[in-house]
Amino acid sequence: MRRLLALLLLVGGPLLLLFRRRDGHRERVSLYYDDGSMVTLERGAPGSERLLELARSAL
Amino acid sequence: MSSRAEAVRLADVEPAAALADLTEISSQIETAAVFHSDGSTLASTFADDTLAARLVGSARELLEAAAAGPGGEGRTLTQLEVALPEGSVFVVRDGELAVAATTAASPTAGLVLYDLRTCLRSLAPSEQSAAPRRRRAKKTTADA
Repeated sequence: MRRLLALLLLVGGPLLLLFRRRDGHRERVSLYYDDGSMVTLERGAPGSERLLELARSAL
Repeated sequence: MSSRAEAVRLADVEPAAALADLTEISSQIETAAVFHSDGSTLASTFADDTLAARLVGSARELLEAAAAGPGGEGRTLTQLEVALPEGSVFVVRDGELAVAATTAASPTAGLVLYDLRTCLRSLAPSEQSAAPRRRRAKKTTADA
């Protein structure tokens, strides 16, 4: 059981870090509305390029 | 009105003071500006007014473009985040006032948005924030 847990930590830990780092560098737009809903536009989605460009100019 | 409701009400503060509080609370925020819906900048963290105007201009265009984009039918956009590898841009609006902010890459979006909303609420406390909280009904235990 201990070996299995150690194996899970050894394999799962780096994978989790890798996925989180990749998500952190992904370009995306999150829109929040008054009804509590949220829409996420990934790069390439309709309308996202204009928003990404505007944000780039703000930075 | 109960004294409890008064205790949760946020005091009106000046935009510059609200921004100072914001940058003190949120270490993730690098630059920020409070602006009116007509485009006038009320306060900013920039020493240079042209930089503040650029951030406000971009924020207004972001709000307009996002509201006109997909997903906004019948709903009002209240806040947005654009995440880029070099950093993120946040815009939150409440009525006629809005605040825009930039952060480094991979910020904790929920915290930043919460801090920006708090900043806006301190400028224009709504009736909702002053409304008394509904008390939970006491549980009654049946005697055995």
